Amino acid sequence: MSTLEIRNLHATVESDGEPREILRGVDLTVASGQTHAVMGPNGSGKSTLAYVIAGHPKYTVTEGSITLDGADVLDMSVDERARAGLFLAMQYPVEVPGVSVSNFLRTSVTAVRGEAPKLRLWIKEMKDAMSALQIDPSFAERSINEGFSGGEKKRHEILQLELLKPRIAVLDETDSGLDVDALKIVAEGVNRFQADGTTGTLLITHYTRILRYIHPDFVHVFVDGRIVESGGPELAQRLEDEGYERFVKAGSAA
Amino acid sequence: MSVTIPASDHSPTVRSRAVADHPVPSGREEEWRFTPLDRLRGLHTGSLDLSGSVGLAIESEGFVAETVTVDDPRVGATLVPTDIVAAQALTGSAGAVVLSLAAEAMGRARVVMTGQGVPAASHLVIEFAPFSKGTVVIEHRGSAVLAGNIEIRLGDGAQATVISHQAWDRDAVHVGTHAAHLGRDARLLMAHVTLGGDLVRLSPLVSYAAPGGEAELLGLYFADSGQHLEHRVFVDHDTPHCSSSVLYKGALQGEGAHTVWIGDVLVRAQAVGIDTYEVNRNLILTDGARADSVPNLELETGEIQGAGHASATGRFDDEQLFYLQARGIPEDLARVLVVRGFFADILGRLGEPELSRSVMSDVDARLGVDVEGLGVDDGEADDEVAR
Repeated sequence: MSTLEIRNLHATVESDGEPREILRGVDLTVASGQTHAVMGPNGSGKSTLAYVIAGHPKYTVTEGSITLDGADVLDMSVDERARAGLFLAMQYPVEVPGVSVSNFLRTSVTAVRGEAPKLRLWIKEMKDAMSALQIDPSFAERSINEGFSGGEKKRHEILQLELLKPRIAVLDETDSGLDVDALKIVAEGVNRFQADGTTGTLLITHYTRILRYIHPDFVHVFVDGRIVESGGPELAQRLEDEGYERFVKAGSAA
Repeated sequence: MSVTIPASDHSPTVRSRAVADHPVPSGREEEWRFTPLDRLRGLHTGSLDLSGSVGLAIESEGFVAETVTVDDPRVGATLVPTDIVAAQALTGSAGAVVLSLAAEAMGRARVVMTGQGVPAASHLVIEFAPFSKGTVVIEHRGSAVLAGNIEIRLGDGAQATVISHQAWDRDAVHVGTHAAHLGRDARLLMAHVTLGGDLVRLSPLVSYAAPGGEAELLGLYFADSGQHLEHRVFVDHDTPHCSSSVLYKGALQGEGAHTVWIGDVLVRAQAVGIDTYEVNRNLILTDGARADSVPNLELETGEIQGAGHASATGRFDDEQLFYLQARGIPEDLARVLVVRGFFADILGRLGEPELSRSVMSDVDARLGVDVEGLGVDDGEADDEVAR
């Protein structure tokens, strides 16, 4: 049982030499067995929330806390956070020329699990995980994300999710740029990850369509750097019907 | 013998065996302006006694190795010295070593030159007879002040790989001209892997005897604090329908680390139908390091297949590090992966597993990481996946 607790989180980014506040007091708790969807319009700061949880150096936390099972996440380096059980599936996965996917995955799994997996078992594990996501085996020898299509990049992110098996996964607009087939494959991967109830997922998205395949227990509307309304799956339906307009107006009036 | 070539921006003006024909560089010349002359220990003065020896060990299959006098017609037939150090390497050598591979033969040779801590000269001739196919790896080890020439001749249809690996001790000084001449339809892969030494300045030269020659030049270098590593490529396209492809990649770290890459390609008027492309990439890992990169392409004809160049020098990509770290990989190991990855295409092209391991472990050591047990690919996993 794991819990990610975000309390009164404020964060800034340097913009034109001035710190600009992007997160303005986020409160959110994600526990094992739960799927949370954070939905918001463009520019609301929802992706910043994902990057701040992962520890991207571009952002400065000015107030508040993030803890994972009581441990201070903000005190950890980026890699320590990952080893503690946090995972960020990125909206724009980065290309790393010359580093093969298989080499990367094995190095990463070794770091997170604390020991190198036995080679033969590892090869099978990796092949099975790739096959489940319909990733061609030849990808193992390609450089990380180099020349991957948008859909291939996202499947590669979910491959890492399934192999690393974090306690809490943050998926940042994993649905963006995916066609229907790829969306289903990716959603099935997330559902497999979430199936045994030992992990939690924080799904950040602009659109409701992925929620047809990944069913959230909680939906949060994110506007202007904070959560302005929370509810159950029905809130997503309402957003689908009404859009963000009501919240954007409310947000700017506040 | 002294020949003066018509002036061109790129081609050398003096070609002569005689040391006295070559001016002593002052450091103001275009071709010497990047080189710190005061660290050459007198190698550029023409008067340094180079009668010291270097240890020479040759293991070969298929090649015949001979020691000959420098008057032998095979010596200096391709490499006519274009600077004072090359002239001294030739005339200062007690004898030249000729490695030859017979027509249609296959062969492989490893030459280990071990510096003895004294100034020395060496001249190595490598001849690939028509339609032979072979690889020669030359390793430079120990400490020396070396003027070292390598001349490489490929007969028609020969396929050759020549790798010069500079694995010197930290205090070595090495200046060398490596000149290759390609016969009809010959294919050469010439590579420079330069990791050691205090000052290394190598000048790979390529020219063609007949149409159809293909030259691929690859380089990999890593300069640490205080090291000066300089590679000066000159491809002389003087023959129609030949090609050249040049890719040098360097990493730098530490105060005073300095690399220089010059890529001169001259396409003469008669060299119609040629194809050339040259690339230099440098990865600067810390402040205080400097990479000079100067591609020069001079076209005297437009009737060519293609000609281009690219040069890029960049810092560590923080987004790459973030991505790897976000997967649990510690920062120092993430840096190792990025630098290994940076060099991976060159090492892959060379296809020399032992050399790859040696370079990779050197990279690891420079970045202060022992990858043992960390799951990093050692070549074993790839084989398994391929099954």
